Amino acid sequence: MTKGPEIILTVRDLKTHFPVRAGIFKGVVGQVKAVDGVNLDIYRGEVLGLVGESGCGKTTLGKSILQLVKPTSGQINYHESRENDDNVDDEQNVLELSGLTSDELAPFRQKLQIVFQDPHSSLNPAFTIFGSLEDPLKQCGFKTRKERRQVIGDILESVNLRREYMDRYPNEFSGGQRQRIGIARALSVSPELIVCDEAVSALDVSIQAQVLQLLIDLKEKRKLTYLFITHDLSVSEYICDRIAVMYLGQIVELADSESLYRNTLHPYTQALISAIPVADLDKKTTRIVLEGDVPSPVNPPSGCTFHPRCHRATDRCKTEIPTLKRYQIDGQEHYASCHLIEHEPVVG
Amino acid sequence: MSQSTLDRKFDRIRELEEAGRLGGTRGNRALRKMLNNPLALVGLVIFSIILLASIFAPWLTDHDPSKINLRAMLQEPSAEHWFGTDKTGRDVFARVLYGGRVSILVGLGSALLSAAVGVLIGCYAGYKGGWIDVVCLRISEVFMAFPQIILVLLLVSIVGQSLSNLIIIFVISGWGAMFRLSRARMLSLREEEYVQALRSFGVSTGRICYKHILPNALGPIMVNVTLTTAMFILAEAGLSFLGLGVPLNIPTWGNILNVAQDLRVLQNNWWMWLPVGMVISLFVLSVNFIGDGLRDSADPTQQG
Amino acid sequence: MSESSEMNDHDLALRVLNLKTYFYNDRRCNKAINGVSFDIHKGKTLCVVGESGCGKSVTASTIMQLLPTLSRIEEGEITYYSDDGEIRIDQLERNGEPMRAIRGSEIAMIFQDPMTALNPAYTVGFQIGEMLQYHTPLDKKQVRARTIELLSDMGIPLPEQRVDEYPHQYSGGMRQRAMIAMAMACNPKILIADEPTTALDVTIQAQIFELMDTLKREHGTAIMLITHDMGVVAELADDVAVMYMGNIVESGTVDDVLRTPAHPYTQALLDSIPVLGRGRGQKLKAIRGSTPDAYDRPIGCQFEPRCDHATAQCKSMPEEVGINISHRVRCWHYEEISRND
Repeated sequence: MTKGPEIILTVRDLKTHFPVRAGIFKGVVGQVKAVDGVNLDIYRGEVLGLVGESGCGKTTLGKSILQLVKPTSGQINYHESRENDDNVDDEQNVLELSGLTSDELAPFRQKLQIVFQDPHSSLNPAFTIFGSLEDPLKQCGFKTRKERRQVIGDILESVNLRREYMDRYPNEFSGGQRQRIGIARALSVSPELIVCDEAVSALDVSIQAQVLQLLIDLKEKRKLTYLFITHDLSVSEYICDRIAVMYLGQIVELADSESLYRNTLHPYTQALISAIPVADLDKKTTRIVLEGDVPSPVNPPSGCTFHPRCHRATDRCKTEIPTLKRYQIDGQEHYASCHLIEHEPVVG
Repeated sequence: MSQSTLDRKFDRIRELEEAGRLGGTRGNRALRKMLNNPLALVGLVIFSIILLASIFAPWLTDHDPSKINLRAMLQEPSAEHWFGTDKTGRDVFARVLYGGRVSILVGLGSALLSAAVGVLIGCYAGYKGGWIDVVCLRISEVFMAFPQIILVLLLVSIVGQSLSNLIIIFVISGWGAMFRLSRARMLSLREEEYVQALRSFGVSTGRICYKHILPNALGPIMVNVTLTTAMFILAEAGLSFLGLGVPLNIPTWGNILNVAQDLRVLQNNWWMWLPVGMVISLFVLSVNFIGDGLRDSADPTQQG
Repeated sequence: MSESSEMNDHDLALRVLNLKTYFYNDRRCNKAINGVSFDIHKGKTLCVVGESGCGKSVTASTIMQLLPTLSRIEEGEITYYSDDGEIRIDQLERNGEPMRAIRGSEIAMIFQDPMTALNPAYTVGFQIGEMLQYHTPLDKKQVRARTIELLSDMGIPLPEQRVDEYPHQYSGGMRQRAMIAMAMACNPKILIADEPTTALDVTIQAQIFELMDTLKREHGTAIMLITHDMGVVAELADDVAVMYMGNIVESGTVDDVLRTPAHPYTQALLDSIPVLGRGRGQKLKAIRGSTPDAYDRPIGCQFEPRCDHATAQCKSMPEEVGINISHRVRCWHYEEISRND
C-alpha cells in the first residue's frame, strides 16, 4: 500500500491587493498587486522554496496563506493528515481557510506557523523567554504553568538551547540564538507546516549553516513541511526540494531544485541565477545583466510583466499575458510561464 | 568636551579595562546614567525634600494651617512663625507645608489619571487603526483645542468649585497629549515581529495590546508623566491664584499665592508670596530636571 | 611588522600599519580593531571580508577619520600616497582642513544603505554639486554640466531630468548609483565601499558590480570593498583580507585565499556557505559556537574557542607569517590547514 505525494495545502488563484490611498479624503487611487493570481500545491514533508527579489510578493504570499494578511480573493485549502488513515481510497478531509472568521481559524493557527526574519524584533524585549512563549501555549490549551514550563523546556532543548534559558531576557542572547528561540516558539504548538520567512537572511554567514542544519534536523524528526521564503538562491538550492520563482506577484517558474538549475526555462530565472556571485573561483558564468529596475507592483507592465527587462522579449510578450504551463523535462515536472519555451506543455 | 579631556578619560578607562577591573556588574545602565547626571541628582534631592516635608508636615510644625489668630496678623518671619503670618494670622510656613500635600496630590494625581485615560485609549486606537483610530484622534483634538481656562470657567459654573472637580478638569484637558504619545509609540511597535508572531497564534487583540506591547511603550510615557505633573502644579497655582482653582478654605500653594493679587501685599508683605512662589518654582524645576535626566539616561549616544 | 612587496610599492595607494581603534562607550573599552595591516594598490580591488563585529566597517571609518566622538586611533599608521607625496592620515585632525580636503576628493566612500545615505531634503543634483563646488574650481554652469555627465556615466537614464529630482524619487539601485556618482565626482584615487549592495536586490547588485569594475578599469581607482559575502569576493576581488574580531587573520590575492586558505576561520567560512551550482549534496559544515562578546574577548587568538585545530599555544596571539610573497596568515597551525586542503 503506497501513498503518492500527499498534499497538505493548496492555493488557487490567490490575489492579495493593497489599496493605495491619496488625497485629503484618502480615496483609493490604485492597487498594490502584491500577489496576483498564484496557484500552488504544497506536498506534505517537502521543503518548498519561494524565491524572488523585493516586490515579488513572496512574503505577502506566505502571510496570506497564514491569514496574517487578508487575501483579496482566491482559495486556500488545508488537507488533513492521512497518517492514521489506512484506507487510501478515502477522500482527504479538506478545509477551506479563506472564508473563516478569527474564531473559526483558531484551531488552524496551531497547524500553520511562521518563523520571522529579524532576530532582534521577533522577541518581546520586555518579557523573559518563558513570558513570550507562554501565551501561545495558553491559547492551545496548556492550562497549568507547570505544564507550560515543561513544554517550553523541552522545546528549547530540541533547538539545542538549555532549559534554564527560558528565564532570561532576549537581549542576553545572540542573533543566532534568538532565531532558534523563534523556531522553538513556532514548534511549541506542534505545527505541521512552517513558513520560514527569510529565516536565515539576517544571520551571520557562519550561523546560517547552524540554523539551516537545525531546520533540516527538525523537519526529519517532527515530519514538518516548510514553505521556505528567501531571496538567496544558493540557500534555497541547498535546502529546498522544489523551488518556485516569483516575479511581480506571480509564479514564473516552479520545479525541483536540481531541474531549476540544470534546465532553467524562464529568462528571469536565468538572469537571477547568473547574477548571483558564487564563492567558487572555477565557476565563472557569463552574467546576464538586466536593464532597469525591479518595477513597482502598483503599475505592472502589460502582457508579460517581465518583458521590459527581458533580453529575449518579442512583440507577443508585450501584449499577451503568458500562463503557467506544465512541462515534463528529464522525467521531472517543471512549470514555467513564458511564450518562448521550446518544449511542449503537458496537458492534464 | 575637548579632545585632550576625552583622551585622558579614555586612557583611564583603557587602563581599568586591561587590568580586568571593569565589567563586573551588569547593573542597570540607565540607573547609573541617572545617578551620574548632576542636574538630575539635584532635582531628585530637592524634589524629595519638598515632598517629604509636605508629608511629614505635622512633625515639622505645631501650627495649624487653618487656625485663625487675629492678634497675630501680618507678622514678619520670626522664630515663632518661620514664614510669618497672613492677613488672618495663620502661620504661612504651616500653610506652605500642608498646602504642598494638596498641590502635589493635584499635580501628580491629575498626571497619573490623564496618563491612564490617554494610554488606555491611545494603545487600543493605535493598535487597531482604521475608523476607531480616526474617531479617537478627532475627539482628542477637540479636547486639546479647548483652552483650559474656558473649560475651567464652564465647569466651575456648572458643578461648582472643588478639589475633585479640579482634578477632573485637568484630566479632561490633559488626556489628549498622553493619548497622542502612546498612540505614536503603538504605531511603531505594532509592526514588530513579535506582535505578528502573537497574531499568528491567535492571541486576542486586547492581550497583545495591553500585556505585550504596552510595557515597551512605557519609557517615554513615564518621562512625560513627570513633566505633566510639573505642568499641572503650575496650572493649579495659576488657577488658584485667580480664585478659580481649589476652594480658598483648603490651603494649596496656589491659594496661598492668591493674596498676591493685592498690590499692597506684594509690596509690603513679601513673606506671604515670595517663599511659596520659590517653593513652587523649585519643585517644578526639580521635576523638570528629573524628567530630563530620565530622557537622557535612555539616550545611548551620551557617555554613561 | 609585515613585509611589503618591494615590486609593488610604486603603485601603492594606501598603506595601513598596525592600526588599532578603540571605542569607549558606557565606560568600557572595546578594542574594535587590534593591530591591522594591509595595502591597497592602484587599479586593484581589495575585499575586506568578515562577519558582523569583526571591525571591517570600523577600518573604513578610521581611514576616512569618520569615527564617532567616543573613540580614537590608539596606535598605528595610515599612509596615503597622494600625487604630492605621503600623507599620514592618522596624524591629521579629524575635521581639520587637510583631512576635509582629502575626504571626498581623494578618498571617497559609499555606504550600505542608499535610502539613508542621501539627504532627502535636497535634490540629488544639489548634493553632487555641493561636492564639486567644494573640491573643484568649476563655476555653477560647469558644475551642473559635470553632474549630468556623472549621472549619465553611472548609467542613470534621463540624467537632465533626474538631476533635479529628490532621492525619494529614485529607486534603490539608482540611489546607489547616485551615491557612487557623488563619490566619483572628484575622481578619487581610492574608493571605499562599505557593503554597497547588501540592501539591494541581486539583479541590481550585478549592475552595480559591473559599474564598479568599469570604474576600476577606466580610472585606475583603487577600491576597498567591505563585504560579508564570499561570493562577492570571488567575483570582484584582486586581493582579500579576512577579518575576525578585530584582526586580519589571513590576507593575500584572491587565488591564495580562496584556493588555498591557510587560516581555520577562512576554511570554516568557506565550508559553511552553500554555493550555487553544487546541488543538494554539498556538505555544509557549521562553525560551532558564536562570535564572542566584544567586551569579553578570549585571550590570545580570538578564534580559538571555536577552532577545531586549537591547542594550548593558541592562548597567545599568533604572529603574522608570510606563506609566500603575497599570502600572509595569523595562525600557529597554518601549515596543517594548508596541507589538509
